[in-house]
Amino acid sequence: MEMSARAEFARGAKDGLPIMAGYFAVSFTLGIAARNAGLSAFQAGLASFLLNASAGEYAAFSAMAAGAGYIEAAFMVLVANARYLLMSFALSQKLAPTTPLWKRLVVGYDITDEIFALAISRSGFVAPAYIFGAMSVAIPGWAVGTYLGVAVGNLLTPGLLSALSVGLYGMFLAVILPPARKDRVLLCLILVSMALSFLARTLPGLTFLSDNMKTIVLTVGISLLAAILFPIREAKS
Amino acid sequence: MSGNPYIYLFWMAVVTYAVRVLPLTLLKRRITNPILHSFLYYVPYVTLAVMTFPAMVQATRSPVSGALALAVGAVVAWRGGSLFVVAVSACAVVYLCELSMGM
Repeated sequence: MEMSARAEFARGAKDGLPIMAGYFAVSFTLGIAARNAGLSAFQAGLASFLLNASAGEYAAFSAMAAGAGYIEAAFMVLVANARYLLMSFALSQKLAPTTPLWKRLVVGYDITDEIFALAISRSGFVAPAYIFGAMSVAIPGWAVGTYLGVAVGNLLTPGLLSALSVGLYGMFLAVILPPARKDRVLLCLILVSMALSFLARTLPGLTFLSDNMKTIVLTVGISLLAAILFPIREAKS
Repeated sequence: MSGNPYIYLFWMAVVTYAVRVLPLTLLKRRITNPILHSFLYYVPYVTLAVMTFPAMVQATRSPVSGALALAVGAVVAWRGGSLFVVAVSACAVVYLCELSMGM
């Protein structure tokens, strides 16, 4: 049944709450990195509000700390955020073709690993209002967490930070595993992806690739192979 | 830091937004090519799996608590637990596990 835009927004905000909590913990540690790079709390909060990225912001802060040129720094951020290009392509197929431009422009502002995961977990087309709802809690959680990470570095105990750091991964599991129950190909694909990811990050000789580049290369390679070996019928998605 | 932080942030924000918004705004049709369609269908599952392991096990103070959280999270997710329930159980497992390890 179709939900109203208001109901979609509320549902998105509710589903976004664990993201907000997870973001708060992660961005808190990001704020500590920003402070080490010489940013004020306001500048770090602004960076998070504008960039909405974890690895991208780490790249940003280290480039700024190293005194890199503006173009070089922007390029480093571009590389760190390249996976969002893939997610944006995938998400373009989850939006109804009639979705107006302004909604696409707003949705694009906060394509993160977690918001993307939420959007993908919806069956059929995802309502932009649902994504707006999730953004409305996720963006403040990220920006305020970064601000506080600079302002009051040691507010959370190490035990709490450690516990909160797995929350976002838990969400990823909740997105990818339920559909895999009914789809053996998907289940195998997930297990193969995890195994290859483990190998890519532990085998020596691959250190010339950053963690981000490994994620991109693995995603493109495995998905393409799966698409060739197991093309899906239209009805499935 | 030698440059102006606001100029840094401006250009970083521009490239980041461009990466996120261009495919979303330029690709409005349904993709009908079966290979490309399947590729985009598989991308989310592959990329989230690749990002979850081994990173989840390495995110905590001890790999034991991270691995336990992965196992419990996977079981709860497999049984159809919501995003919130799976996330909270993973966090709780880490907290209790590290507590019992005397960390």
